[in-house]
Parts: sequence; C-alpha cells; structure tokens
Amino acid sequence: MSASKLGRWLPLAVFAALAVLLGAGVWLSRQPNREALPSPLIGKPAPQFSLPVLHEPGRLVTLDELKGAPFVLNVWGSWCASCRIEHPVLTRFAESKRVRVVGYNWKDERADALRWLDQFGNPFWMVLVDYEGRYAIDWGIYGAPETYLVDAGGVIRWKHVGPLDEAIIREQLLPALARAEAGR
Amino acid sequence: MTRWLLALLLALAPPAAMAQVVADPAPLQFQDRAEETRFHALVSELRCVMCQNQSLADSNAQIAHDLRREVLQLMRQGKSDAEVKQFLVARYGEFVLYKPRVESKTWLLWFGPALLLLVGGFVVARVVRGHAGSRGDAPGNDEQEW
Repeated sequence: MSASKLGRWLPLAVFAALAVLLGAGVWLSRQPNREALPSPLIGKPAPQFSLPVLHEPGRLVTLDELKGAPFVLNVWGSWCASCRIEHPVLTRFAESKRVRVVGYNWKDERADALRWLDQFGNPFWMVLVDYEGRYAIDWGIYGAPETYLVDAGGVIRWKHVGPLDEAIIREQLLPALARAEAGR
Repeated sequence: MTRWLLALLLALAPPAAMAQVVADPAPLQFQDRAEETRFHALVSELRCVMCQNQSLADSNAQIAHDLRREVLQLMRQGKSDAEVKQFLVARYGEFVLYKPRVESKTWLLWFGPALLLLVGGFVVARVVRGHAGSRGDAPGNDEQEW
C-alpha cells in the first residue's frame, strides 16, 4: 500500500476504531445494575459462621445446621430504605414456600429489627443477627439488601446486590435454584 | 419566635436521623507511628466497595469502617500487606485493588497504551516516509491529497 492510500484511509480507520471502542463501552454498561460487584464466592463454600437468632435469644445457628436443603439468605436492616421496597417482593417469594428464606439482620438494633418485622410482616423462616458485621465480611457483604442462594451442600450458587424484583426472581433466582437442586 | 425555632428543629431532624446509619464508631487506636503509617498506606491502596470512587481510607460508609477495622486486625495478626489484600480480594473480588494485578485478564489494561503508542509511531513513520519519498522523484504521484 502506498503512503497516499494509507493517508486516505487513515481517518476512516481511526473513526471506525473509536466507534468500536465507544460502542463497546455502551454495550458493556447496558445492564441497569452495573455497579454491583460480581462476587468471587460464587461456586465456593459459604463461610462458616455462628450467629444468634433474632427471635430466640441465646440460640446460636451455624452453617452446618442450615445445610441439607438449599436456602436463600437475604441481608437486610431496619435502617435500609431499599429493603422496605424489596419487602413485598420478598414476602410473595417466601410465601410460595419454594425454598427457605433466611434473614440476615445486619448492623441493626434488636428493638428496631423486631419493630420493622412487626410493622411490615416477617417473611423469614429464620432471622440471623450480625450486629457488629463480624461474619458479613466473610460473605463479601457490602450493602443491604443483598441476596444469596446457597445449595444443600453449603455452596454459594448465586448472589444479587440491590433489591430483588419479580423479574430477577423469575429469570435468575428460580433457574439457579432449579440447577442447584438438580445438582448441576 | 418559637415557631421559627420549631421549624428550624424540624428542618434539622431528618439529617440527624439519617446520620445514625453512617455514624462514626470509636476511631481506631494505633499502637505506634509505624503501625499507623503502614495502615494508612495500605488502606489508601484499597477501594471502598460501597462508594466506588473512594479509597477505603477516605470513605465514611459503614462497611468501610468495618473493613478498616478488619485490616488493622489482620495487620496485628502478623499478616503481610499482600496477605491482607488477598483476604479482601477473596471476599470482594479484584475490584478492591486500585492497582490491578498483571494477569491475562488485565494485559490489555497494562500494555494497551504502549501498544497504541507503537501503532501510532508506526503510522507516523509511514506517513513521514511517504512524504519524503514523493517530494522529488515521483512525477506520477499526483493523487496525493495533502
């Protein structure tokens, strides 16, 4: 190719390269939840913990006690506004009795948490309490609400950061649950 | 007058209620200067997971407080800086590192600019050489447009 031919095509090539670059940027940021961090814990065993139960002071529950069947772990706090928005969706899901929904009451006050559940209803099969956030770091929790799916063997299968909605439950959580139950 | 005071109090009340959530727990106590210096160097290289454009050192989010406390605890357990970073990467992913590691996934990030410079240099060289060649001895080369 002579230099003059190269010179003629150069601006077009630069434009095309820029267009591809910018187009890729737009394409990669198309999901509305793009600030959520992908969890490195997916496919790994859930962290061991020993946490008190909100409604039974004095009782400690460990991961091993929850194993045997899949469960959904929902991180919430009475201070969390998005949890309030998520609450009716989570309640409908929990009422379908498809899977145990375990609450993870994070960085809260006992009285506030109980009042919140009294006021809006308690969708949880059990509520674990982590007021100091001791085990939350092991779970990679960084904000409420967050929702995990853990399979019968205690392996984390799926995680969602931010409030759940019907579409996320239908398109992500339920298929992930079906896969977990099929052992795939 | 009392009405104005009441209005002022009401206006100030919501921020006070919100502030509870991000209230600063007891500040971290350092044993000595060396520990403090190392701690500050370490947390400024870590990104806050909640407020993603701040370092762990700068952020006032609740989770940032917890993570700073955790980092200090790990340091006191005798963990090296690399081990502390690995601890956080295992739980929150590569995102927490402000300086990504060199691996196949990040090659483009690390070497892309150098590659671009090379390509640009090559193009400039071609254009300059083309100009130099076409000045005197190429009478047929009149399709040159610039």
